[in-house]
Amino acid sequence: MTTDARRRSPVRLHVVSGKGGTGKTTVAAALALALASGGKRVLLCEVEGRQGIASLFDVAPLPYAERRIAVGSDGGEVSALAIDTEAALLEYLAMFYHLGRAGKLLDRFGVIDFATTVAPGVRDVLLIGKVYEATRRSERGRSAYDAVVLDAPPTGRIGRFLNVNTEVAGIAKTGPIRRQASSIMQLLTSDKTRVHLVTSLEEMAVQETLDALDELTRLRLGLGVVIVNAVTEPHLPGEAIDEAATGQLDEARVAASLKEAGVGADASVVAGLIAVGAEHAVRIRLQEEQRNRLEGIRPAVVELPALNEGVDLGGLYELAHELRESQEF
Amino acid sequence: MARKTPRRPARQPSRSNRARVGPLRGRLSDVPALKVDELIANRDISIMVCCGSGGVGKTTTSASIALRAAEQGRRVVVLTIDPARRLAQSMGLSELDNDPKPVSGVDESNGGRLDAMMLDMKRTFDEVVESHASPEKSSQILANPFYQALSSSFAGTQEYMAMEKLGQLHAEALGSGRWDLIVVDTPPSRSALDFLDAPERLSSFLDGRLIRLLLAPARGPARFLSVGVSAVTSTISKVLGGQMLRDVQTFVAAFDTLFGGFRSRADKTYQILKDPQTAFLVVASPDADALREAAFFVERLAEDHMPLAGLVLNRVSPPVAQGLSAQTALAAAERLSEDDALTAALLRLHAERLDTIGRERSLRRRFAAAHPTVATVTIAALATDVHDLSSLRSVGALAAA
Ligand SMILES: Nc1ncnc2c1ncn2[C@@H]1O[C@H](COP(=O)(O)OP(=O)(O)OP(=O)(O)O)[C@@H](O)[C@H]1O
Ligand SMILES: Nc1ncnc2c1ncn2[C@@H]1O[C@H](COP(=O)(O)OP(=O)(O)OP(=O)(O)O)[C@@H](O)[C@H]1O
Ligand SMILES: [Mg+2]
Ligand SMILES: [Mg+2]
Repeated sequence: MTTDARRRSPVRLHVVSGKGGTGKTTVAAALALALASGGKRVLLCEVEGRQGIASLFDVAPLPYAERRIAVGSDGGEVSALAIDTEAALLEYLAMFYHLGRAGKLLDRFGVIDFATTVAPGVRDVLLIGKVYEATRRSERGRSAYDAVVLDAPPTGRIGRFLNVNTEVAGIAKTGPIRRQASSIMQLLTSDKTRVHLVTSLEEMAVQETLDALDELTRLRLGLGVVIVNAVTEPHLPGEAIDEAATGQLDEARVAASLKEAGVGADASVVAGLIAVGAEHAVRIRLQEEQRNRLEGIRPAVVELPALNEGVDLGGLYELAHELRESQEF
Repeated sequence: MARKTPRRPARQPSRSNRARVGPLRGRLSDVPALKVDELIANRDISIMVCCGSGGVGKTTTSASIALRAAEQGRRVVVLTIDPARRLAQSMGLSELDNDPKPVSGVDESNGGRLDAMMLDMKRTFDEVVESHASPEKSSQILANPFYQALSSSFAGTQEYMAMEKLGQLHAEALGSGRWDLIVVDTPPSRSALDFLDAPERLSSFLDGRLIRLLLAPARGPARFLSVGVSAVTSTISKVLGGQMLRDVQTFVAAFDTLFGGFRSRADKTYQILKDPQTAFLVVASPDADALREAAFFVERLAEDHMPLAGLVLNRVSPPVAQGLSAQTALAAAERLSEDDALTAALLRLHAERLDTIGRERSLRRRFAAAHPTVATVTIAALATDVHDLSSLRSVGALAAA
């Protein structure tokens, strides 16, 4: 996308999914920071009840309320919201039915528990319902948020999660939940919404990504970008990768260089260095294999580096910078 | 799965939980070792459950330990959940299959064997219904839209059905003597605790007030309902739509006789899990999140008096050559010229690896300081994914080392 296209980008809701553990929460947070540059207001939401955002930004657990968690030098800001199903249901009932008292009654009879944990689909309608509300909310004549980023469920559940309409159609054919599901679906299938998939360059993650792309396409959800996360940079010179991977590095040559550098190294150190090189090279080759499998997919692919020190706030800004530089968002 | 030794008293603290005397400094050398081969050789252990947060290696660990146990002479069945395609294929599982199938390529010279299965959650649920209701009633239930949604997509059904399946396998093992060890993988949920909690949540729903409430109109005249109850049903029907309420009511009415059975079976399986014949293995990767989840799980097992065998720390960085510090390596790399680019790169990789090892050790130390009695074994990361019997064997060997 050109800078020009980016200015006109209609996307308001960025859904971030991917295989479990590949970096959805990290990437969603970095994307929120990236989108907030240039004085924008961005809301970062999580729906899995894990307080992943709070632990990432190292703040106290988020209540069911929007809290500002980062401010940019240019006036942009990121707020965060941990959406809790029960609270969302009570809020929904209060908002649409003024059911203050009945809400409590429902709770006493286990209805809230039922609706939020057992009734499939209803839970998802409530969760996305809240995201929908925040995305469309306006304050003083303009949108409350320029963009909303959703740290969504993993690829295994994303289709079902986003396809609330069909899911709910099976159980609620009429009624307000059904109507709510339809309006949500309208937003999700419009050009205001993009679903991004995070993957690592590992076989299972790439497979899940390819499967999810098929599923999302079938459901006619707007595809965003495939974000390849935690990519290991090759450290060995290109021509040495194959040799290293197949255990053909020249021990004598390494020993000679070590001597040159003034390191007194016995044979075990040399062998150890060569073993580390071999592991690294095997990893680089596997990465390359998986990267090839992503060639030719429809969405753009953006790579983010593996941060050696783990992800702290500084690391998040580094990833945010990479995302912004890619000009895909 | 006959247990010949007398039953141990219900909660004799297991070795791993016995209070330790001495300074609790979280020194890694003080951490008791988890001896997987001893666990395998212990015929009193007939169930091993691998729990842990998402993606840490539960499926890999359970398959590896099952294979190792089989090759050491135990008759093993492994219940896997959502295994990676290639791993499933390597065990001869090409599709979801609720009946354990023998795995070929296993060394059976010690008298053991390995059967494997992949949990089919919906079919397990259907089978439970079919085996406990009349044919007429069960087809009514299976066709109910609410049942279909519940059995295929309730977050927790997978955990519930894994428990159900474990109960079935256990009964079959006792009855036919086909297996003497069941190794259980657990679903890829966000938290290891879900495996223990979800069945309770579902069965308490199935037994709960709401069900009685929903059943009421089907059973008696509406005038007996209290004001509160009718307010609730009318709210439900207002919000969810009258038709959904009717579906749920039909489902509940048809399911009525099954509820008690569900609860009692779930309770029974829970009891089996508490029994000393069971060994829980908590799997974690060496990162803060996974270890935090592991700590929650360990504490929960202790609270519920469930037998923890220990922590399997999977995918730790493999060790490097001794005697070359990170600083020395980096300084040397700086001194080398373009001609020695290869060696310089190896030195940097070595230093980087040492950093990672250091970080992992400090995470482990913190875990050990808080849980000094939890026996631990580490499994180094292999360079490639684990998706065939020979790499499962390697992981098993690392686990037993
Ligand atoms: N680019 C990166 N470099 C290094 N570490 C990373 C990177 N991205 C993520 N991680 C680390 O990987 C782990 C998983 O990341 P994260 O929690 O964002 O994944 P997730 O997909 O949200 O996981 P889950 O499925 O459990 O919600 C974390 O420990 C995180 O710090
Ligand atoms: N020791 C190891 N060395 C190298 N790769 C490993 C190791 N253990 C596991 N893996 C790989 O890590 C990935 C995740 O492992 P696995 O599927 O066993 O995790 P899991 O805990 O069952 O995940 P889920 O929560 O999704 O069920 C797989 O690709 C597996 O091959
Ligand atoms: Mg996450
Ligand atoms: Mg698994």
